[in-house]
Amino acid sequence: MSADPRQDIPLTVAGRTFASRLLVGTGKYRDFDETAAAVEASGAEIVTVAVRRTNMGQNPDEPNLLDAVPPSRYTILPNTAGCYTAKDAVRTCKLARELLDGHNLVKLEVLGDDGTLYPNVVETLKAAETLVNDGFDVMVYTSDDPIVAKELERLGCCAVMPLGSLIGSGHGLLNPTSLAIILDNAEVPILVDAGIGTPSDAALAMEMGCAGVLINSAIAHARQPVRMASAMKLAVEAGREAYLAERMPRRASASPSSPFAGRINA
Amino acid sequence: MHIQLNGERREFASELTVSELVDQLALTGRRIAVEVNEEIVPRSQHAETRLTTGDCVEIVHAIGGG
Repeated sequence: MSADPRQDIPLTVAGRTFASRLLVGTGKYRDFDETAAAVEASGAEIVTVAVRRTNMGQNPDEPNLLDAVPPSRYTILPNTAGCYTAKDAVRTCKLARELLDGHNLVKLEVLGDDGTLYPNVVETLKAAETLVNDGFDVMVYTSDDPIVAKELERLGCCAVMPLGSLIGSGHGLLNPTSLAIILDNAEVPILVDAGIGTPSDAALAMEMGCAGVLINSAIAHARQPVRMASAMKLAVEAGREAYLAERMPRRASASPSSPFAGRINA
Repeated sequence: MHIQLNGERREFASELTVSELVDQLALTGRRIAVEVNEEIVPRSQHAETRLTTGDCVEIVHAIGGG
């Protein structure tokens, strides 16, 4: 245990400070009203979006996601989901920067295959280097490999976001040992991105010292997404408080909470 | 002339600018980004950027995602 108690400092990403440590996605909701309500209930300030081809011949009055989660209120974090090469990821980030009026914070993810959505770290490293050199602030989705996480930090990524388990799987943190090593080595915020299934998963990540968690499916695919968004908010706050408080040591034997002295049968 | 627009071939009676294309698609004023031949065309240059036959144009917007 360190000599001084842990002090809370707000989450800082690329020079911007955030009160909430829960980042949320906007995929898989029934409609934009549900998206807006869930994002609001989550208390998140950073909200991810995807970049896709505009449907041609669409109704000009078709609702727009960015009306439901306006960039004036939220920090929009465009992702490169669906990109399998560094080149496509870099193109997508440039499109996102144009879409969002020069906003340069992006979530880089370069995937390896459709079945696992596991990151292709070789392409991820290439894309990260290109994007950082082009002035982007890169929050990067990666595997739970501590060497790769450190390398992404060294390349200048402003946050490193290892998976807890496969995207959309809801299996939680499958390799906490590896995550602990990443946290020990890190000099940038580490956020768990992918795999959180339930609030206890989010709380565990926060108790371990993660700077935040990014959640989409676990909220959107709950039976009541807005209520689950609120549950995740509480879990992230509880986990953070527990990390700061520092948990009790584990003991091999029992230790009574009520004193032995003064028992009536003594 | 023809262009490849979001992966589909489109024919036009005459040459047009990015602004004119966006207008024809009823996307004027919407939050979109345009790329021509893998280069971003900033919004400030839509009016002056002429498309020529064979150009590959991508027009994107934000949708829900994680």
